[in-house]
Amino acid sequence: MIPLLNASGCLDALTAPEVARQLDAFVTKTVTPLPREGNPPPRIAETESGMLNSIGLQNPGIEAFLESTLPRLRGLGVAIWVSVGGFSAEDYAGVCEQLDDRDEIETVELNLSCPNVEEAPETAAQLVAAARLATRKPLYAKLSPATWDVAESARAVTDAGADGLSLINTIRGLALERSSARPVLARGPGGYSGPALKPIALACVWACAAAVDLPIVGMGGVASAEDARDFVSAGASAVAVGTALFVDPWTPGRIRSDLGGEGTAAVTTRRSAARQSA
Amino acid sequence: MNAKREPLAVVANEPVGPYALIRLERGSLEPGIPGQFFMLEAPGRLLPRPMSLCQAPPGELAFLVDPIGPGTRAMCAVVPGDRIHVFGPLGNGFNLDVSRPLLVAGGIGIAPMPYLAERLGGPPAIAGFRGDLHAEAARLLPGAEVVVEPRLVTELLPDERHDVLACGPEPMLDALRTLVPDAQLAWEAPMACGYGACYGCVVERDGRHVRLCVEGPVLQEAAA
Repeated sequence: MIPLLNASGCLDALTAPEVARQLDAFVTKTVTPLPREGNPPPRIAETESGMLNSIGLQNPGIEAFLESTLPRLRGLGVAIWVSVGGFSAEDYAGVCEQLDDRDEIETVELNLSCPNVEEAPETAAQLVAAARLATRKPLYAKLSPATWDVAESARAVTDAGADGLSLINTIRGLALERSSARPVLARGPGGYSGPALKPIALACVWACAAAVDLPIVGMGGVASAEDARDFVSAGASAVAVGTALFVDPWTPGRIRSDLGGEGTAAVTTRRSAARQSA
Repeated sequence: MNAKREPLAVVANEPVGPYALIRLERGSLEPGIPGQFFMLEAPGRLLPRPMSLCQAPPGELAFLVDPIGPGTRAMCAVVPGDRIHVFGPLGNGFNLDVSRPLLVAGGIGIAPMPYLAERLGGPPAIAGFRGDLHAEAARLLPGAEVVVEPRLVTELLPDERHDVLACGPEPMLDALRTLVPDAQLAWEAPMACGYGACYGCVVERDGRHVRLCVEGPVLQEAAA
């Protein structure tokens, strides 16, 4: 049984609860310390073999999230993963600390790699280390493929205390309007996702699975049961659906039935016992 | 969500001026409320395209498509017997509880008007187009008063108060926001999902980014 999740930012469980109920865990859109309206439109551009987005982490901020969003997510009956973002180690630690005592949250995913906002000055490992001190929740580090050696990043976040890896985030791309030769998206570049990402994501999963002993959620171009199996073959223990949810909200259910198992599966949220005691 | 997603067979693809009226078998999809939209598969492209329902003849759903890009051109090339996936109805349509309706359409913004006119029992309508070829689409809205550029549809607005229900290009809708603050306006935006997942289709209202597919596509600025 392959556990299925959504990729963060690709589903709102409050507007589409029946879509979220197809999943083994629902991953929220990234939550930051303060509310964010996100980037100006246009935010979406289709390309030849994928799409670009430049949403810019639009979210209500951690306080409104805890007060109004999270209580409504409880009723879903699906495990809740909260994606956490920020612009400094302090931001990540602060949000993690506020989430720590909320039992309805199963796992925290650290968005260390949004291509559409300014990056924190610290390294991914430093952000994980700061979050690790702030929460006992299982911590998944979501890494960018835009690095020469993703396995090196995986080792660093593992040493900093990550319990799992989410691979991969979108990769920065640009689409131009033919008539004006100007960028389609208001902010210029965006995060590239969809089918074109799959070989890149598989290479990252394969490299990280060889480098570290952490559970991996594989994502990037997953639209079918064959895609999901490929990610597991490369070393993932769970698979997330992103852009394919935009195309067809019933993609996870179709993948599950094509995989031949109707039941659901729990996602491994902790590093293996052997690793933890090492 | 009462929206469903099914592959629907193409019944006919009829040219209407520069546009294509794509008639599909209805399957088990509901036509919804005028102004709601459906995500239509664009053959050979990754993402579906949002289209408001144009006509709801028995057993069919019909969409008026303007071939302006690779996706809409692929949609306009479908032939009877093809099947395309359709997901909907989605979003919030027009509020039909109005006493003196007036339909205002600009260009391809005429798309939701035939179904809206049917549901409102044939209210008065005005429509503007960029030229005579595009104005051929006015035949979908019999009885409408029609102008072509350089005249603008807003010049046809009557003096007496009406409940304006409008769809058209952004400059037209922006003008109507000022001229008729309580108008119901159907907006459009690039959209990946159509059901609130992607946050791609936001428009700014009162300093906030609202998702057009969740809060709209029909927005009313001021209470009537």
